[in-house]
Amino acid sequence: MPARPEPLLDELYRELILDHYKNPRHRGSLPAADVTAEGYNPVCGDEVTMQLDFDGDRLADLAIVGRGCSISQASGSMMSELVAGKSIGEIRRLSDEFKQMLTDDGAPVPKDLGDLEALQGVAKFAVRVKCATLAWHTLEDGIQQLERGGGSVAREEA
Amino acid sequence: MTYDVDVIRRDFPILERNVHGKPLVYLDNAATTQKPRSVIDRLVHYYEHENANIHRGLHTLAEEATAAYEASRLKVGEFINAEHPGQEIIFTRNTTESINLVANAWGRKNLKPGDEIVFSAMEHHSNLIPWQLIALATGARLRFIELDESGHLRRDDALAKIGERTKIVAITQMSNVLGTINPVKELAQLAHRAGAVVLVDGAQSVPHMPVDVRDIDCDFLAFSAHKMLGPTGVGVLYGKRDLLEVMDPFLGGGEMIKRVTFESSTYADLPHKFEAGTPNIADVIAFAPAIDYLQALGMDAVREHERDLTQYAIDALERVEGVTVYGPKDATERGGAVTFNYGDLHPHDLSQVLDAEGVAIRAGHHCAQPLMRELGVVATARASFYVYNRTDEVDALIDALGAADRIFGNASTARAAAR
Repeated sequence: MPARPEPLLDELYRELILDHYKNPRHRGSLPAADVTAEGYNPVCGDEVTMQLDFDGDRLADLAIVGRGCSISQASGSMMSELVAGKSIGEIRRLSDEFKQMLTDDGAPVPKDLGDLEALQGVAKFAVRVKCATLAWHTLEDGIQQLERGGGSVAREEA
Repeated sequence: MTYDVDVIRRDFPILERNVHGKPLVYLDNAATTQKPRSVIDRLVHYYEHENANIHRGLHTLAEEATAAYEASRLKVGEFINAEHPGQEIIFTRNTTESINLVANAWGRKNLKPGDEIVFSAMEHHSNLIPWQLIALATGARLRFIELDESGHLRRDDALAKIGERTKIVAITQMSNVLGTINPVKELAQLAHRAGAVVLVDGAQSVPHMPVDVRDIDCDFLAFSAHKMLGPTGVGVLYGKRDLLEVMDPFLGGGEMIKRVTFESSTYADLPHKFEAGTPNIADVIAFAPAIDYLQALGMDAVREHERDLTQYAIDALERVEGVTVYGPKDATERGGAVTFNYGDLHPHDLSQVLDAEGVAIRAGHHCAQPLMRELGVVATARASFYVYNRTDEVDALIDALGAADRIFGNASTARAAAR
């Protein structure tokens, strides 16, 4: 069997991730939000609820609450910093880039993902990829819901 | 004979391996157990010397394989003290399939609208979903016995729920989450007095304590080989002969018939009526040395060893600030599945850190989502023990909790205290 390098715990739990986990950004609620999107992973119990406020096709502001593992919560926090103020098209592009980084271990790390680059180590821990993508899938659902006219949407990861 | 865990460990090849450069500390035995050399060798021997399909061939290999397969059946039956081991033991794929067999083959014939199926709030999904499905199909109602704060079934609630409408009581003998040992003998008496039958989910109990179906007087008992040193892919259903005889088949196909025309068939005698198609011959045969191994240790000794280790683990965990242990704290009332949380650290993060230290535990909802909601948690960590575990492995678990605390910067305990 070819020798596989040992995935190191330090690669998974980078300092930046722990910082976002302990001090989540954009935490709270937006009373006048256009869309509320909930994501839930029944296997781990990870939960994330985000409220999204749009200005045309731009995400003007967002607020997130959730509970779950450090990866799921840190990913949501990092994402909130990156996507606030961006256009829907740009968010979708970043989302694809992020998911690509997590599923293609060894590919060059994109330069425009901000703190989310710290999550590249998750690619070595296949079972944790869903933790990292929960917030992104939930955000994509929220954008779709906006295009349907707003309101609430909930997803359960399979 | 004294119980010597160091001698026992030598029989389990996998316990010699390292994980991430650390000695494996395997504490996920409620999920599946490791296999002794004798079980592994039996599988290899079967495939190298005896492999054939059973019950039909008239050649030497087929006869030898059939004899070994049926010898396993008798051994399993004797292990749980079945009165008619040759007819009352049915091999399935796992506990889940055994329960589905009863839910379908017994349930469809005997349940009607208004009838009640009683189970408990601590059931594994495998003793819950089959009954939900059969309730939908038959119009029967589901009722569950509630738990008290210490994680035991509430006796008053059992008395209230088991009544004249009850047709079947389906209860786990040992919770895979709380460890609680349930009084199945008493529940069987209650059920029989009400005219109901009793299914005992023995997935966690049969591997870990003496279980005697005639003493309990249960009508059905379901358990799995892989949780008791045996191979995966073998489940057992014990059923009283009188009940099995009047039940319709569960699955149709080869092996389970006598005479077949295009329109109809007559079914084989017990136990073959319930074993359609080619069974898992090799794994059933290799289940026998697993039972031999447990019998050589003695199930009383197995129970005693695990009871001591479980108490040691509960006491050690409770000394760690921020740890919450669920279920009874007295090991005489429970089995060796010890479920806990560490502050508000998510069990998946905890399990990941423990894995890097070579410690294998389970993290998640343990296929008991309703119970998780009762406990007010989304997930928990679980350490579970078996014949080969030692107190120094519990110490390794406790040390690994320290590693988690270093990574998460005491966040777990501090944040839990602040809530």
